[in-house]
This record gives sequence, structure tokens and C-alpha cells, in this order.
Amino acid sequence: MWKSRREDEKPFTSPTPQPPAPVVPAPSQYQPRVVETPRMDTYRSDVANIGKSVIIKGELSGSEDLYLDGEVEGNIDLRNYNLVIGPNGRVRANVHAKEVVIHGKVDGNITGVDKVELKKSALLNGDISTQRIVIEDGAFFKGSIDIQRAEPKVDAARPAAQAAAASKTFSTPAPSVSAVGASAAAEKK
Amino acid sequence: MGFFRNLFGGRIETPSAPGEGAVRIARRSTGFNQFTRAILRPDGQRVLDLGSTSSSNINFITGLGHRAYNEDVLIAANASRLVIPGPDEGSTTVDVERFLAEDLLYEPESFDAVLFWDVCDYLPEPLVKPVVERIYQITKPHGALLAFFHTRDAGAEAPYYRYHIKSAETLELQQGPHFQLQRVFQNRHVENLFRDYKSIKFFLGRENIREVLLVR
Repeated sequence: MWKSRREDEKPFTSPTPQPPAPVVPAPSQYQPRVVETPRMDTYRSDVANIGKSVIIKGELSGSEDLYLDGEVEGNIDLRNYNLVIGPNGRVRANVHAKEVVIHGKVDGNITGVDKVELKKSALLNGDISTQRIVIEDGAFFKGSIDIQRAEPKVDAARPAAQAAAASKTFSTPAPSVSAVGASAAAEKK
Repeated sequence: MGFFRNLFGGRIETPSAPGEGAVRIARRSTGFNQFTRAILRPDGQRVLDLGSTSSSNINFITGLGHRAYNEDVLIAANASRLVIPGPDEGSTTVDVERFLAEDLLYEPESFDAVLFWDVCDYLPEPLVKPVVERIYQITKPHGALLAFFHTRDAGAEAPYYRYHIKSAETLELQQGPHFQLQRVFQNRHVENLFRDYKSIKFFLGRENIREVLLVR
């Protein structure tokens, strides 16, 4: 009744064992959180980005432009780079950067070597030290402003090499934003 | 833009925050002219602007070589954190102690000049005298104070304007947040309110405004 298996018949074998298919969780659990940021001139691929859910306590320093839409308590030092505080940004720190643009809330002193700009949604409680100040209608500011005079222009008789050395350069091979004493990782795009 | 400027005689369209007027009305001001003369002394004076934050004002003051300070007293005075129950059931009043503890906090005799604009006309009643006293304390001897007061003809619905400095003689008025005119001072009320000042000068401004220049 049962046919004997013919020798030429290959026994049925199961296919090569495959690793179990990964369990695909529901999309709502694993899809990366989309942080919508307003389109701004400084939102570029070479700008570090701290999203609105990020909280940092401590020293925040860096060697690239920074868009900050989260919460920082401590000190922010970007020296030769620009800082944009987004509309969700909440900063309780002194800030030192080349240019500072504020859309959100800041409690602390601002040093913008070249420029400080308060957008209409800005709330700043602190002193400003800068060469140039721009304040949109609607911005709230409480504090003092100290306008720093620009450095004297280079004399035309000076060698061109000296003039070139005095200009800005982007020399950092590995730009980075570091947070000392940070209590949360920065979200970087 | 030029057509509108000619049609409305000096009005300038500028971007503004939502809910506020975009049009600025230019107005010559004798009081402000006198105030500017009073601070045309050596650089480095400290000038306190108690009106709305204005880029024009800051640029004007710093352009004179002075250090500009800004504190919007009306925004602070109307903050919800200062609202406390009043003496009558269901009424509310302003927490004066808290205001003085958190606002206008400066060392005595800190400022060479103060721009009070017409803030006093819009301040809640409990804050009028305390704010005037605090301004006196933080102003240096011989320091100047410029204040504007509405006349009776201005009416109870006189809108609140933000003052922008255009030049040493000209201001620009821009309709600001909605604050209710609280009172109209008579001249004698103004003199009594600022009785500790050494001198007081009245100038009749346009659009139902009296301009007052005081010297501490």
C-alpha cells in the first residue's frame, strides 16, 4: 500500500532554516519622532540641532552653529558660531556666541559678538552685549543693552596676508557640540 | 509705500506683532526734544525706558553713546501672577509688594534718565504711587524723567500707543496691546505725584497729550 520510497527520490527536506522574521512592532512605537522645526535660514545640514524634548543641565559648548529648541540650564558657549533659540526653546543660562537669534524664552545674559536678534515671539530677561541689535515688534525684553564698538578696520597699507589672517575661517575638522554634565543626549541631525 | 506715506502724511508701514497696529504715526515732541538735550552730556549715561521694547529706542539711546535699559512696566503690572483677591468679595487687586519685589529692581540712583511715556495713565491704581516712588529712588540726582499724560479730551477709550523714537524731535506712535486708560491727571495731580522732584516743566503735546519733563 505504501509505496516504498524510491531511492532516486530525494527525501523531502524542509528549506534551509531561515532566521525568524523579525517582529515588526506597530508603527506608532518605533517610527522616529518627527520634530517639526520652522524653516529658518540657519537650518542647514551643518547645523547641530537640539529638539524641543531635550533637556540639558550643565555647560553646553560647541564648534558649529546650533539650533536649540529644547531646554538648557547652565551655560552656553559657542564663541565663533551662531546660535538660534527656537520658539520652543527655554534657556536659563548665560549665552556667548557670534550671532544669537531668539525666538523662545531666555533668562540669562546674552553676548552676541556680531549681532543679537529678538524675534517677535522672544522673551528675554537679561543683559545684552553686542555690536548690533535687532528687535522685532512684539518681542519682550527686560534688561540692559551694551553696544560694543566694532574693531577698527585693517589699514589698506597692511599686507594682504595680515588682512586674510584677521578674517573668519572655519578650521574645525570635526565639528561637534558637547554638553558637559548633560542629563540627556542631544538630538543631532 | 511712498504713495501711502504721501497720502497719510508721515505714516510708515512697518511689520508688527499680531493684534497690534502696523501703522506708525509720526509726531513732533517738544518734551522729548528737551529730554534729549538733557542727556546730551558725556557718553556712558544709563537711560531706562519703561515702555514697550523698541528697537528704535534702543538704537537711538545707544547711538548717543549711552547704555539702554528696558523694562515694560505695563506688561509686568498686568501679569496674572500679581492678581490677588481684593477687599470686596469677588474683587481682585494687584499685589504691590510682589511687584516691588520682582520688578523695577535696581540699585538706588542707578539711572541718569528715565522714559516713563504715558505708562502712568494705564497703571493699575494701587501701583501708581509705589512705581513713581521707585522711579525716584533709582534715578540719580539731577536725572531727567519724561512722562506723558492724557488730557480729559482724550476720552476713556484712548488707545495705548507704543512710542518709538525716530529722532531727537520726533516720535512715532504705534498702537500697542489693549490697555485701558485708568485715569486722567490734572496738572495739580501731576505736581503732587512728583512733588519730590526739583523741577517740573509742562509742554502741550498733540493728540490730547501733556508732556512733562522732570528733574530729580
